[in-house]
Amino acid sequence: MGLLSVAIWLPILVGGVLLALGRDEHAGTVRWIALLGAFAGFLVTIPLITGFDVTSAAMQFQEKLPWIERFKAFYHLGVDGIAVWFVPLTAFITVIVVISAWQVITERVNQYMGAFLILSGLMVGVFSALDGLLFYVFFEATLIPMYIIIGIWGGPKRVYAAFKFFLYTLLGSLLMLIALLYLYFKSGGSFAILDWHKLPLPLSAQSLLFFAFFAAFSVKVPMWPVHTWLPDAHVEAPTGGSVVLAAIMLKLGAYGFLRFSLPIAPDASREWAWLIIALSLIAVIYIGLVALVQQDMKKLVAYSSIAHMGFVTLGFFIFSELGVSGGIVQMISHGFISGAMFLCIGVLYDRMHSREIADYGGVVNTMPKFAAFAVFFAMANSGLPGTSGFVGEWMVILGTVKANFWLAALAATALIFGAAYNLWMVKRVYFGEVANPHVKALTDIDSREFLMLALLAVAVMWMGLYPKPFTDVMHVSVTQLLQHVAQSKLN
Amino acid sequence: MNPMNWPVVFPEIVLLTMACVIAIADLFVSDPARRLTFWLTQATLAVVALLHLDALNAGQSMFGMQGMVVSDPLGHLLAFFAALATMVTLAYAQPYIAPRDMMKGEFFTLSLFSLLGVCVMVSANNFLVVYLGLELMSLSLYALTALRRDHGQSTEAAMKYFVLGALASGFLLYGLSMMYGATGSLDIQRVFEVIGKGQANQQVLVFGLVFIVAGLGFKFGAAPFHMWVPDVYHGAPTAVTLLIAGAPKLAAFGMAMRLLVEGLLGLATDWQQMLVVMSLASLFIGNLAAIAQTNLKRLLAYSAIAQIGFVLLALTSGVVSGNTLSAGNAYSSALFYMVTYVLTTLGSFGVVMLLARQGFESEEISDLAGLNQRSPWMAAVMALFMFSLAGIPPMVGFYAKLSVLQALVTTNLTGYLWLAVIAVLLSLIGAFYYLRVVKVMYFDEPAADARRLHGERGVQALLAVNGAAVLVFGLLPGGLMAMCSSAIVRALAT
Repeated sequence: MGLLSVAIWLPILVGGVLLALGRDEHAGTVRWIALLGAFAGFLVTIPLITGFDVTSAAMQFQEKLPWIERFKAFYHLGVDGIAVWFVPLTAFITVIVVISAWQVITERVNQYMGAFLILSGLMVGVFSALDGLLFYVFFEATLIPMYIIIGIWGGPKRVYAAFKFFLYTLLGSLLMLIALLYLYFKSGGSFAILDWHKLPLPLSAQSLLFFAFFAAFSVKVPMWPVHTWLPDAHVEAPTGGSVVLAAIMLKLGAYGFLRFSLPIAPDASREWAWLIIALSLIAVIYIGLVALVQQDMKKLVAYSSIAHMGFVTLGFFIFSELGVSGGIVQMISHGFISGAMFLCIGVLYDRMHSREIADYGGVVNTMPKFAAFAVFFAMANSGLPGTSGFVGEWMVILGTVKANFWLAALAATALIFGAAYNLWMVKRVYFGEVANPHVKALTDIDSREFLMLALLAVAVMWMGLYPKPFTDVMHVSVTQLLQHVAQSKLN
Repeated sequence: MNPMNWPVVFPEIVLLTMACVIAIADLFVSDPARRLTFWLTQATLAVVALLHLDALNAGQSMFGMQGMVVSDPLGHLLAFFAALATMVTLAYAQPYIAPRDMMKGEFFTLSLFSLLGVCVMVSANNFLVVYLGLELMSLSLYALTALRRDHGQSTEAAMKYFVLGALASGFLLYGLSMMYGATGSLDIQRVFEVIGKGQANQQVLVFGLVFIVAGLGFKFGAAPFHMWVPDVYHGAPTAVTLLIAGAPKLAAFGMAMRLLVEGLLGLATDWQQMLVVMSLASLFIGNLAAIAQTNLKRLLAYSAIAQIGFVLLALTSGVVSGNTLSAGNAYSSALFYMVTYVLTTLGSFGVVMLLARQGFESEEISDLAGLNQRSPWMAAVMALFMFSLAGIPPMVGFYAKLSVLQALVTTNLTGYLWLAVIAVLLSLIGAFYYLRVVKVMYFDEPAADARRLHGERGVQALLAVNGAAVLVFGLLPGGLMAMCSSAIVRALAT
């Protein structure tokens, strides 16, 4: 068993045991086992970073076992500089989610914790699968726990949101399945993603493949105009669900662009880059404006997620090293920041059972420690220098300037809108006079909440002040990817 | 003249003998729970399954009964799974039938006879033997459906089943007689040869083929011959529904293989077109009508129609532009689909039966409400079945759909590619109603009078094993796939 296998199956195993044996009578034990499982799952991912050879663009920590002989499909795992950071990120967020649910979830604790642990293992599987079929299995399987999480512990419209989430994403991925089968056939019976990268294809086939993958990944990212499931899912999901959704699940789609669309259909990617860039800019600007007018804090952060993911796809499709690396950095950074934003909303919601901005005001007076964190994360979300939010956006804008000044100018407006909706929300929720007796009765965060927010704050600061460990790791892989994309695969 | 070669039909002889023995032995059983009958039946089924498994591994294709039946891996594989399915069905059914006044010797004897019919069908080498097996199976099932004499719905379902089933048998027989008229033989191999040489009158052949395909369509329960499926599934006692939904599906597949593939492969371009129409209609009607159902058994019936659509779809991709290279791939994916579908169906009806109790059928989807709170294990097991039927990985149903789609895409024809896309989009609609069942179990609150499930430990354990099988074959489907494809490849080789 290699490290990646342990990182995938350890959380799934612990989650399965919790599902099978956990009872609400032993909720305390269940919580501790879940925390131990999540933490152990995080610990085993650390050697992936420390042992990663940054000078090589090859897949590392590879494992390959025969899986389905009839399809010549392999249980083939491995990570390169593009994927490697997402594995510890996933495990880290899972630890945070377990902590965040500690006192909040009191019913069916074992199912809640089990679903998140299983989800964590599956998502690590998506980031490390090098076999097309294996990737698809992990990619799709993540829908099941998320569907259950939204549906059981979600808000009043949770059923609608859960269905919309499931069916929307399923539609996209089914088209991708056809694309995978087509590639399997064209490559003479191979599901190896790395073989597909080398497969020459005519432009028409590449375009069809590109759009099939686009259907799957654009829904997941989500890009405008197929983003409408996200606000619903975010608003209705429980805090942990929103955190995982924003921090990691959206990244599965963006990661798919890098692993499938760009290298498998490079000519079509260049051909259709204008489309992706246009949709990304719409997401950045239009969705940024939409975020500005939201009444519901969770919706606001959900829309801001779409806008931020617009930066990621923009960075990918300007085909420059700065753009792609910036996009990946933005993905990781958004994982920390959006997770933290949803946790902050969760902290407030647990006390007030409202997410309406209008119900708050002057929270800083009653919850000073919490307000400090919340303001910090809001600043990071609007891209304040010194936080991780700045690094990715800055790199993408810099890369875009080199490609086209006006595109960059449009993208840069996001910094203005971002600052606007974040700061306006901060002003209305945290600052000013204490708005009502409910706010007056608020109690500040306890040590558990402090711990989870502090962990994320440290990560955001670290990445903002010293992003070198992140960019160094991806540098060689990104360069190689861009060289690959620059070469035509037409035959 | 071929020899009798008795060992070929040894499992069937055991089955027939034991069915008679059990019928007589039951007369002397005074125990109201009929433990002796039940266990004798289960032992018989286990022995039959083992005999078929043994013959499957022996592998040599042999003819017996003067060339009337064939012993080949395909027949043994299907018979093995059919025996296993019947075993599981009876195990699930035992606590269900007792309070419904069905715990009689007839239930067990007729189940064994219907299995005998299945075994005869799947190993037939002659058109008449296929028909003989089909009638043995069907008549047993008609009688089983009507077993609750004083129950209006069951009686109605039995009538419907009988009338439509007899009509279908008539179609089939008429088609077979056309084939006999055109080729001068009832022997499957001989018919194949005559058609291959082009000596038969093409018009008569195609005319007969239409009737054969229509008859098969009835037995599969494929649209537009699906009308009986929802009514019979709904009306029959659930234990009998499961007997109808399990092994006979395998038999229908075996029948399609024997008649269409082994006998009439020369007419493949003709019957493939008919199957395309039937499969698309099944996918449409099954998936769309299922959305409107509130009764769980009807929902599963429409789901069966849709799933059969996928099986037929796989059968259509065997012969591409006159070339049989992809036949092995196509038919083995259909077989794999059928086997995994039966595995999943067994479990889902098993849950329906488990939830039923004295005087309460638990057939409405809403009866599942809050099952997660009443019995997390059974809810999880049912969720596994639903996700598997919807084709969500890592459940085994996904690989079944995958292999069918793969067979379609591998033909490299635009038409088949579009078929794959349509099938995929329709299965998205299918996902909706399976998800709704999961939603009712997990997201809804249980009804006020709902109790925690208790008792029936044995059945619950078996259901858990069934659910685990759906998951484990999903994580590691390689073995089962290889089994199916080797059976098909060797059947095609002869």
